Amino acid sequence: MGEPAIKLGGNHKSRFLDKVKEILPEGGNLDLCLTCGACSSGCPATGIGDMDARKFLRMAALGMDEEITKTEWVWHCTMCQRCSYVCPMQINIPQLVFNARGLWPRELRPKGILGSCDMALKNDTCSAMGTNEEDFRFVVEDVLEEYREAQPEFADMQAPVDKQGAHYFLNQNSREPVTEPDEMVPLWKILHIVGADWTYGSKGWAAENYCMFMADNDAWKHIVEVKAKAVDDLGCKVWLNTE
Amino acid sequence: MAEDLRYVVKKVVGEENFIDMSPNRSNNYCCGGGGGFLQAGYPEERRQYGKMKADQILATGAPYCITPCHNCHAQVHDLSDIRGHAWETLHLWTLICLSLGILGENEREYLGEDLKNVAVYGA
Repeated sequence: MGEPAIKLGGNHKSRFLDKVKEILPEGGNLDLCLTCGACSSGCPATGIGDMDARKFLRMAALGMDEEITKTEWVWHCTMCQRCSYVCPMQINIPQLVFNARGLWPRELRPKGILGSCDMALKNDTCSAMGTNEEDFRFVVEDVLEEYREAQPEFADMQAPVDKQGAHYFLNQNSREPVTEPDEMVPLWKILHIVGADWTYGSKGWAAENYCMFMADNDAWKHIVEVKAKAVDDLGCKVWLNTE
Repeated sequence: MAEDLRYVVKKVVGEENFIDMSPNRSNNYCCGGGGGFLQAGYPEERRQYGKMKADQILATGAPYCITPCHNCHAQVHDLSDIRGHAWETLHLWTLICLSLGILGENEREYLGEDLKNVAVYGA
């Protein structure tokens, strides 16, 4: 009958929960749970691997740090923030999940995310697919030329790379230039028709940031800084990220 | 921002062809493509997560679902495919260009058969 009772260690010197509280505004309200379950009742991740948002928070509150560190559920929650939105106490469960991701030894975090982050760190394009500056420029110019020839109304369409002083700096998901370059074109056409003054950057053009998802704060910061510098170096006023 | 997108979608497809899913706006559910889930190597769990979104889409009866970003597009497209390609999944830019009559034949990867040959620019 029922599951055996969980024995608590008691007198935890510093719970994982306390460490997260220290870095969040208002401590993320992490101690205010009323156990109502609104978080879990409207969460698509509820029940995956026998875990849910309320259970996760209660485990953290009970100091079950070892279990918190081990559950793969932190990679199944997308941190969409709906739980905080419906929570009567606005408890920041997504930040608890994010920081729990950070407890995993880096090399044991999901390979796909790890590989994408490490690839993005390799060069200043920040592309998770490893596309370098030269290849990106080649694809953009090649596709542009093809469309200017094939569709006369767009003979003077531009898709600039490193246009100094352009108003908009546009990011692009790596998947498009690499696997489906034609999908870049509709956006170019819209920008052309409305007369937008825009540019890609040879550096920092990739929109994705898997280092953020991996909860590798230093790498996340690095990626954002490289991109922000690319925007500043070109003197652009607005940074458009399509992700 | 979300209301601006509704305005654009309605202008593009016509008010009568726009169906909001339920629940919507801030009460809506995440599709499960974000947060790194697509790359995390848990396809079964990701699809289990996406069931809520798939049910929402199917409940609208709409043949097309518009997604705002690449993560959502890949996830919602996959959720459709594992249900026998139950709906088409579009980037908004495709619809905008289609409505303006400037969508060429190579830019129609995600259009269904019903719209594949409609107003093909340059044809």
